[in-house]
Amino acid sequence: MNVMQATRLVAAREIRVKLRDRTFLISTVVFLLIAAAATILPPLLSGGPSTVAVTEAAAGPLRAAGLEVLAVPDDAAAEQAVRDGDADAAVVAGPEVLAMNDAPNDVVAALSTEPPVRLLNPDAVDPVVAFLVPFAFAFIFFITSQTFGAQIAQSIIEEKQTRIVEILVAAVPVRALLAGKMIAGTILALGQIALVAVVAVAGMAFGDNTALLSLLGPAIGWFVPFFLLGFVLIASMWAAAGALVSRLEDIGGVSMPVQLAVMLPFFGVIFLNENVTAMRVLSYLPFSSPTAMPLRLFSGDAAGWEMVASLALLLVAAAGFLLAGARVYEGSLLRTNGRTSIRTAWRERETLG
Amino acid sequence: MTNVLRLDGVDRSFGDRQVLRNVSFDVVAGRMTGFVGGNGAGKTTTMRIILGVLAADAGQVTWQGAPLTREVRSRFGYMPEERGLYPKMSVREQVIYLGQLHGLTSEAARRATDGLLERVGLAERGDDLLETLSLGNQQRAQIAAALVHDPEVLILDEPFSGLDPLAVDTVVGVLRERAVAGAPVLFSSHQLDVVERLCDDLVIIADGSIRAAGSREQLRSAYTTPRYELVVESDAGWVRDHPGVSLVDLDGARAVFDLAAGTDEQPVLRAALERGPVRAFRPVTPTLAEIFREVAQ
Repeated sequence: MNVMQATRLVAAREIRVKLRDRTFLISTVVFLLIAAAATILPPLLSGGPSTVAVTEAAAGPLRAAGLEVLAVPDDAAAEQAVRDGDADAAVVAGPEVLAMNDAPNDVVAALSTEPPVRLLNPDAVDPVVAFLVPFAFAFIFFITSQTFGAQIAQSIIEEKQTRIVEILVAAVPVRALLAGKMIAGTILALGQIALVAVVAVAGMAFGDNTALLSLLGPAIGWFVPFFLLGFVLIASMWAAAGALVSRLEDIGGVSMPVQLAVMLPFFGVIFLNENVTAMRVLSYLPFSSPTAMPLRLFSGDAAGWEMVASLALLLVAAAGFLLAGARVYEGSLLRTNGRTSIRTAWRERETLG
Repeated sequence: MTNVLRLDGVDRSFGDRQVLRNVSFDVVAGRMTGFVGGNGAGKTTTMRIILGVLAADAGQVTWQGAPLTREVRSRFGYMPEERGLYPKMSVREQVIYLGQLHGLTSEAARRATDGLLERVGLAERGDDLLETLSLGNQQRAQIAAALVHDPEVLILDEPFSGLDPLAVDTVVGVLRERAVAGAPVLFSSHQLDVVERLCDDLVIIADGSIRAAGSREQLRSAYTTPRYELVVESDAGWVRDHPGVSLVDLDGARAVFDLAAGTDEQPVLRAALERGPVRAFRPVTPTLAEIFREVAQ
């Protein structure tokens, strides 16, 4: 049994157990529903074409514009139809457009001649979308690294708390145990995100939102490596935190620094996203770069080399945290009584490895 | 190479506290070796070092003459003192998993698991979650987990603690089978009567050092002061005045006494016969508890 085989067995068990876990399944379904709702519902809710009450004589151009026409005998009846809610709008002599409290843009457009428009920067992103998409990324990273990181910690504590860890350590290298858990966590996290992404893309296609889809492509492409490395960084901290305690009840205390390390950059990115200098700094700091850098890319603010440089920094940080986390894990794994201090865990290398 | 698991001069400290001092003993194939000592004497630490869960500061452990590697250790079976399996996994599934971690293919692990669960009486409960089993049945599952990969060497830390008498019999049976099949079996226990009943060889540890090691008979004879029990018809009090006799216990017609070194027991018997009928006259071998008390002090 080499380390690779052992790692695969450990990872396979972690995934198998998780896929049977009701909480995990329910949360995945909820995510999928949100993704579907967020992409499919808005076009549906914005409704079809307005219904216009108008005399038959004036109905021609409105029909031609694809609006739904409610033919009425005269202008008074048209106004009454709007008041009764039978029509969204009415066109009366003048011509004048009547509506209750919201100017019906499609009706107005059908009656007016638009001047030609020449876009100077046709690729620029709709400001609403430019705001929402990066935050969707940031939010996904935040939620996933928290939940799956915490699950890695829980799985480590479970093995300590039930004492099975001693049998495991006697059978396979400690490295394989940790690697298996990290790999399983990453696969599950990426799998869940991929599912959500598939549903979101299908939803956009369904809702005829393909323009947004083509815009998202490169941002998603960069988000994946940032997400992967960022996840390893956070998960290493969770693993170390989990190894330090021996009971699930004690996880709160040790996980606080880890939670802060995820939360502070997340809110930093949200509140400082207008501040160019702050964002530039945040996009290089390993803890915030997974959210800040794709955001800058999406808003057209970051050059290709910046992505690579930031990724390289993140890679170094993730590798460093992984090694440190592994050392703390090895040093505290067999201390199944109470809480181990980081210092003790760091110095103590109990097992033969 | 002979099939011997040998500890040679093993030392181990935790911080300033030395818990093992020059620990050396053999566990011979085909024999059940009982490992006895008080709480904190170093039993668990010794076993953890054999399994590589802890590193020794000095000394080494060899199996068949070669130092232990992870590869070799993965063919050992281990039951730690602090029991535990996954509470939310089915018994069968986790025994299979542990078999695979010890290098079995999934097919072989499956077959071994089914056989073992049958053997320890858990075949019916195999698909139940571990946490739904009674404590005794969880212990049986633990035994199955330690044996699933048909280990070459068995190391069991307090395998009988917490077992009901029926389960003890099952476990004893399983361990005997392994010993007969040629595996060295080392088990610790504080239940000296169980050890007495089971072990072929005995290792006694106290305060981190081995105080005695050898076969049960050797130890018995080595630690026996010649002691006899005499039962006569009437009062046996006269024995006290016989030369070389120091009385241990007197209860009417029954006397237990030690003989001074070099004193023959036959004159005592003759003297008794001269006084009347003798109902019993036999040597008294010390119990393990007595030997233990003597060497562990």
